[in-house]
Amino acid sequence: MPSTIDAKTGAAEITFGPQIANRQWPLGLGWLFQFARRKPLGFAGLMVLVIVGGAAAFAPLVTPYHYATTNFGARLEGPSLAHIFGTDNLGRDLFTRVVYGARVSLGISFAAVILAKSIATTIGIVTGYYGGWVDKIGQRFVDMWIALPRLIIIITMIGLMGASATTLIILVGLANAPTSIRLIRSTVVSVREEAYMEAARALGASNTRIMVRHLLPNVFHIVMFSATVTLGAVILIVASLGFLGYGVPPPQPDLGAMLSGAGLTYMRQNPWMAFWPGIIITAVVFAFNVLGDALRDVLDPRLRGSR
Amino acid sequence: MSKYIAQRLLLAVPTVLGLTMLVFFVLRVLVPVDAVDLQFAAAGMKDPEQEAALRESLGITGPLPLQYLSWLGRLMTGDFGVSFYTGRTVVDELALRIPTSLEVGMGALMITIVIAIPIGVYSAVRQDSGLDYLARGGAILFYAIPGFWLATLILVFGSLWLNWAPPTEYHHIWEDPIANLKQVALPMFLLGLSPIGTLIRLVRTQVLEVIRQDYVRTARAKGLAPSTVYTRHVLRNSLLPIVTVVGLQVPNLIAGTVIFEQVFVLPGVGRYLLDAVLRLDLFVLMATNLFFGSLIILSNLVVDVSYGFIDPRVRYQ
Repeated sequence: MPSTIDAKTGAAEITFGPQIANRQWPLGLGWLFQFARRKPLGFAGLMVLVIVGGAAAFAPLVTPYHYATTNFGARLEGPSLAHIFGTDNLGRDLFTRVVYGARVSLGISFAAVILAKSIATTIGIVTGYYGGWVDKIGQRFVDMWIALPRLIIIITMIGLMGASATTLIILVGLANAPTSIRLIRSTVVSVREEAYMEAARALGASNTRIMVRHLLPNVFHIVMFSATVTLGAVILIVASLGFLGYGVPPPQPDLGAMLSGAGLTYMRQNPWMAFWPGIIITAVVFAFNVLGDALRDVLDPRLRGSR
Repeated sequence: MSKYIAQRLLLAVPTVLGLTMLVFFVLRVLVPVDAVDLQFAAAGMKDPEQEAALRESLGITGPLPLQYLSWLGRLMTGDFGVSFYTGRTVVDELALRIPTSLEVGMGALMITIVIAIPIGVYSAVRQDSGLDYLARGGAILFYAIPGFWLATLILVFGSLWLNWAPPTEYHHIWEDPIANLKQVALPMFLLGLSPIGTLIRLVRTQVLEVIRQDYVRTARAKGLAPSTVYTRHVLRNSLLPIVTVVGLQVPNLIAGTVIFEQVFVLPGVGRYLLDAVLRLDLFVLMATNLFFGSLIILSNLVVDVSYGFIDPRVRYQ
C-alpha cells in the first residue's frame, strides 16, 4: 500500500518507497532484501564479494598462520583440518596465502579503480560541460589514450622501474581511466541542456559549483556501476601482471604470481596449489560482473545493454 | 568512399606520432636506469670513452628533443636499431617473430567471431530459454576465468594424467603446417575465451534491441524465411556496435599473446618484449612497443573504415 487515507478526516498520508522498506525490515536493510528478490544473481555476486572482501580486509583475524611462515614438515599437503586449503612447496598454509593474496590484489585493484574513475569523471564532466574546443581536444586525447597497448607499456615500465604497490596502482589506474570517459561525457552533454542547469547559472553559480553540485550527482550512478565492472577487469590485469612476474615483490603473496611458472613443478605434486588462487580470481571477477549488470538495471534501466 | 578512407588515414597520423612520443618519453626520460651503462656493467667493463663512442653511434647523445627527432628520422628509413643482446638488427628479429604473434592473435579473433556471433544471436532469438541462460552464464564465466589459470591447469593436469607437455621446439607454419597448428591451437583457443564471453553478451543485447524494431516485424510479415530475417535484417543492423567491440578486443588479444607466448614457449613478439625488458634491450623495447601500438591503431583504422562499408551514412558525417 503506497499511501493511506484517514477514513474520518480524509487526510491522506503519502508514504514513499524507503519508508515502506523501513517499516517492513529492521535496520533499514529493506533495499537489500528487495535487491535480493529482484536480482538474485546480482545478490549472489554481492555475497561472494562480501565474503572474499571481508576475509581479505580482516586477513590477520581469519588466517591461522602467517603468510610467510614455512613448515618443512608439512610440504605439499592436500586439504586437512590443520590446513584447510593444503600447503605449498615451502609448507606455507595455502588458505592464509590465498586470503593475503586476495587482500593484496583486491587492495591494489580497488585503489587503481578509484584513481581511474576519478580521472574519468573529472575529464568527462569538464569536456562535456565546456564543449567546444576543450571537448574536441579532450576527445582526440581520449582516442589516443585508448589506442595505447596498455599492458605492454605497464610491463615495460614496471620491468624497468621495479614493482611496488604504488607503481602498480598508478600505472593500472592510468591505463584504465579512459574507458568510461565517453559514457560520462555523453550523459553530461544531455544534462547540460536541462532547465535546472540554466536556473543554477541564472542564480550565479560558478562553473565549478555547477559541475560539482549539479553534474556530478547526475553521472554518479554511471561511475558506480562502471567501477564495478572495471574492478573485474582490473583484477584480471593485476593478476596477469603478477603471473608474468610484474606484480608486488615476494614474499607478499599475489594471486597471479601464485599460479606462475616457478611453482609449476610443485603443482604436479599438489594440484591444490594451482586450484585455489585461480578459483578465487574467477569467483571475484564473475561476482563483480553479475553485480555490475544488476546495478546497471536497477540504477538506470535506460542504459541496459549500453556496455 | 575513398575520400572517407583518406580522411581516416590522415586522422591516424597524429595518433602514430603521439605513440612514438610516448614510447620515447617512457623509455628515454621516465626510466631511471641508463641502457648503455647497464650493458657495460653487465659485461664487467668500465670505459667512459668507449661508452661515449657507443652512445654516439646509437644516436642517443645530446638534448632529448633532438634525440627524438633523429630517432624518428631513422624510423622513417626503416632503421629500428640493433639489439644489444644479439647484435642483430631489430627489424630482422621482428620479421622472424611477427608471423607467430599474428597467427595466434588473428586465429583467436577468428575463433571468437565464429563462436560468439551465432551463440549471441541464438541467445537473443530464444530469449529466456534454458539455452539463453546457459549462454549468458557461460559468457560471464568465459570472461571471468583468467586464461593463464586454465593454461596452468592444462599444463599441470596434462603432465599428471596424459604425460603431455607443450613442445619446446617451435615449427613455423611454412615449415610444417600440421605441427604448427597442433602447437598454436591451444593458445589460440585460450586467448579467444575472454573475447568470446564479451562478444556473446554484446551480440545478444544488440540483437534483442534490433529484433523489436518495426522493420523486422515487416520482414517477418511479408513471409521471409526466419534465417533471412535474422541474417539480412537483424544481424546486418546490429553490426556496427559488434564491429566496434571486436576492434576493442585487439588490445586484450595483444596482452593475451604476451602471456600465452610465455606459457607455451612460442617465439612471438610478446616473448621478445618480455626478454627485452629483463635485459633492458633499449631498441627492442622501443620497437616492440611501437609494433603493438601501431597494431592497435591499424585495427582502429580498419574498424573506422568498415563503419563506412556497413553504414553508408557514416561516410557523410
